[in-house]
Amino acid sequence: METTKKAAVTRRAILAAGSVLAMPGILRAQTADTIKIGFPVPLTGPYGTEAKDQVACAQIAIAEFNAAGGLGGRMAELLVRDDRLDPGEAATRTIELIEKDHANFIVGSLSAAVQLAVNNVAKQRGIIYNSISQSDQIAALPDWSKTTFHEAMTPHLTAGAVGRYAFSHYGKKVVFLQADYAYGHEMVDGFKAVGQSMGIEVLADLRHPLGATDFSTLLPRIQSLKPDILVLANFGRDQQISIKQATDFGLKKTTKIVAPILLYTSRIAAGEKAFEGVVGGSSYYWGIEATTPSAKALNDKYRAANEGRVPSDYGALGYAGVRSLLDAAKRAGSVETDKVIAALEGAKYDSYKGPQEFRACDHQSVQSVLIIESKSGGSSPYDVFNVIGTEAANADNLLSCKDEGHV
Amino acid sequence: MLPPDLVAGCKQHRVLLAIAFLVVFPLLMPFKAIAVNILIYGLFALGFNMLFGTLGLLSFGHAALFGGGAYACGLAMLRLGLPWWAAILCAVVAGMALAASIGAFAIRTRGIYFAMVTLALAQCVYFIFYQWVSLTGGENGLRGITLTDIDLGPIHLNFVDPLTRYYVVAFWVALALIVLSRILASPFGAAMEAVRENEARARACGYDVRATRYLAFILSGGFCGLAGALQALHLSIVPIETLFYTTSGLVVMMALLGGMGTFFGPFVGAGVFLLLENLVSLWTVHWQIFVGASFIACVLFFPRGIWGTILLGRAR
Amino acid sequence: MDGLTPDLLVLQLFTGLALGAIYVLLALGMSLLFGMLTVVNFAHGAFYMLGAYAGLVLLGMGFNFWACLIIAPIIVGSLGMLCERFLIRHLYGRGIDYPLLLTFGLSYVLVELVRIFFGTSGYPVDTPDILQGASDIWIGYFPTYRLFVIGVAVVVLTALWLFLERTPYGLIIRAGARDPQIVRILGIDVARVWLVVFGIGTGLAALAGLLAAPLQGTSPEMGSTILAESFVVTVVGGMGSLVGAVVAGLLVGVVVAMTSLFAPEMAQVAIFALMAVVLLVRPQGFFGRAGLMS
Repeated sequence: METTKKAAVTRRAILAAGSVLAMPGILRAQTADTIKIGFPVPLTGPYGTEAKDQVACAQIAIAEFNAAGGLGGRMAELLVRDDRLDPGEAATRTIELIEKDHANFIVGSLSAAVQLAVNNVAKQRGIIYNSISQSDQIAALPDWSKTTFHEAMTPHLTAGAVGRYAFSHYGKKVVFLQADYAYGHEMVDGFKAVGQSMGIEVLADLRHPLGATDFSTLLPRIQSLKPDILVLANFGRDQQISIKQATDFGLKKTTKIVAPILLYTSRIAAGEKAFEGVVGGSSYYWGIEATTPSAKALNDKYRAANEGRVPSDYGALGYAGVRSLLDAAKRAGSVETDKVIAALEGAKYDSYKGPQEFRACDHQSVQSVLIIESKSGGSSPYDVFNVIGTEAANADNLLSCKDEGHV
Repeated sequence: MLPPDLVAGCKQHRVLLAIAFLVVFPLLMPFKAIAVNILIYGLFALGFNMLFGTLGLLSFGHAALFGGGAYACGLAMLRLGLPWWAAILCAVVAGMALAASIGAFAIRTRGIYFAMVTLALAQCVYFIFYQWVSLTGGENGLRGITLTDIDLGPIHLNFVDPLTRYYVVAFWVALALIVLSRILASPFGAAMEAVRENEARARACGYDVRATRYLAFILSGGFCGLAGALQALHLSIVPIETLFYTTSGLVVMMALLGGMGTFFGPFVGAGVFLLLENLVSLWTVHWQIFVGASFIACVLFFPRGIWGTILLGRAR
Repeated sequence: MDGLTPDLLVLQLFTGLALGAIYVLLALGMSLLFGMLTVVNFAHGAFYMLGAYAGLVLLGMGFNFWACLIIAPIIVGSLGMLCERFLIRHLYGRGIDYPLLLTFGLSYVLVELVRIFFGTSGYPVDTPDILQGASDIWIGYFPTYRLFVIGVAVVVLTALWLFLERTPYGLIIRAGARDPQIVRILGIDVARVWLVVFGIGTGLAALAGLLAAPLQGTSPEMGSTILAESFVVTVVGGMGSLVGAVVAGLLVGVVVAMTSLFAPEMAQVAIFALMAVVLLVRPQGFFGRAGLMS
């Protein structure tokens, strides 16, 4: 029974991340009129670290809401479920959250396929879903519906911003290496869209299967092409491994490695040596707290609840995703779907990274993109990136509502 | 101990008993969606069991039949605009057609090689669906299979309502159970039993062993296709993972857990597996350790599966 | 096709061999367990992963990489022997389904234990200093560490061959695989032979995992992806055949490398297509005994 105890303790430790503040919320959750936010995230599987950070940050948003008196005394509660990064499991869990637990809203997910699955289930039942991971399709028809909101950036936006920076700074001869799934394809499309107007030369556009562990079969070819830039349109472990192996093959001597999204958690896990000099985009980096008061506020609350650590990029999205809905419910004075939608559409807010706005036509959050470069020898274990550029929030950088199929 | 005629009576009317159980089943479950899931996976395991339990052929490619049915149902509704019940029939046909084509290659091999050939061919199906994005949605899966209203003449049903959804699914499962018991009671059922009991003797008695196997594989595909279609309607999406080999592994586990070769074992296995997973995963993120440990315990202590052990205890 | 030169093809061939070397080590262990114990080991990927984590712990304790190459497989092999002794031993002679199911459950438990103790996100493993960088192999530069992996595979293969063919113990193992009854009658403790075989098989998996760690880092899931591939290798080579495992391992590595060159997204399909074709033409695999397990 030793393992049983151990498992239970660990679980508690994980979910209680940021829970010192959340405690009153959990205790009061017994009452019937609690505002319930379903939160399916991949606690198990390769993005477990990111998912746990999403939970920790979301708990901060809940605690803030409850500490401020909730919605006229109605407290909020976070119902965390493990979606295992599997769309079928996520759909099942979302059905359960809505039918059994009577969740008022759904927030969460960490992959394109999973968020589309969750969205499909939520929209069929008229429940608002605020997605916190990247996808172009979720804001476009036919997936989008009036209950669909997208707090995260889109691949088109991210790749566009990183492309505009990289192609003007590091050269025009480009090789793409993309993970063969929606994320990779959408990112590369985004790079190519901006690259075309900047006159880049695509030397090769290679694909690797999702979850690849060996890129050695592709690297000699890339090396022989001598590109200025190698764009690695992959994510998580795929990204860690491909960057590490590209470094081992000595690719960095001649080529700048660029990734659409450089994950804080990946960089921490893979270490400074492999990632050194790699440039990428990010929705959030704690270092912007020097210039952004709302970031400082989130970081401080997170530090207080998590032994001085700082929130990750995807973690912070968990905070923003929950907070956007709770703030809107407050403004609407209700948790009714239509009233909350009305309060969210066109809403301007600054919850953690500077000014943002939910575009009315597709419910996409218009926001800034950070361009970051991985460094070595930081002043603390958390000091891993330099912010080398910021593209301010601008709806023109998103796919237009017309292109997404909205009238 | 129950009187023997009552036991015999139960066995004779097991389909009627099962249908009666299906009616009250959702009331026993913590929530309706899990009851739906248990029925769907139970039906899938039942289709698998037809091959493994009845003929001893261990297939690792049943994901292709289940997923193929799910995609067929979704595509029939989305691309062809067929009504939902016709889409379900399409899925049954698709499951049988896929089984017929995989079986045409695989049925020549035996034992572990049969498992591996079915695995390889099913993986090929997975990759074809994965790459054929314009038809299947690729990695993002097939989405938008929204069945909301069901009109049966004057009766109007709301499929989004959890209990209605359960009974619609249960109706098809009951239909499948009736068909299965007819098959088992038919001359073909006798042939399957003969082949399982003693292959050489069956051959000597004039049974065509390979044809029996092939036909069983195709019928198995029909049940799995139906289960896939119900899954597609229930989730309103078809994830690409449905076709992945882990889905095949899952159904093997459920069938073995319940007790292979028994009539209700697959449903018991699916039920225990899904409930265990659901409850434990709410309580700890390390739910896999419990699932794994219960498999080990099951193999060591209940090698006949849960239902098989219960039946054995009854027989004593 | 831009930049496709003969040199690149040869480099790609080497890349395939390095990849194949890992497959060979895994498939050897798997084939050994199947050929001698008729155990289809679904936990083989988990033992592979444990090898990498054992290496991680040992490196953290200050051992150097060379010591880890010896110690980690011994540790994991011992763990494998414990599993054989207390779990799998009860299942011999009860068909292939039961050990298969048990090892499947075992892999869940082992992976989850690693998650509990080491977290879900995995760790990087540095290539030993002396093996860093690339070496000139006449036709171009090739990562030294990958050459080293090929070298280790050759050494292990030779050692295993000598052990099985040239030592009295190897003789007993080979005899036990052919006819355990007779061996038992001759007064040899067959149970102990099985135990050792299981230790060797899982130790080989651990060695493969340790060798792969500097290439891809560690993660609890690292074994589950490669498990399917090593099954393919084992089956293509012929279950139970050690020569088959070597030939098929290298073949699959080269096929993956060459497919990656021309159509990277097809690399994964190529593995399974290869297996389907081989099995349809030759159902027992390259070197498998016809009728085995049928």
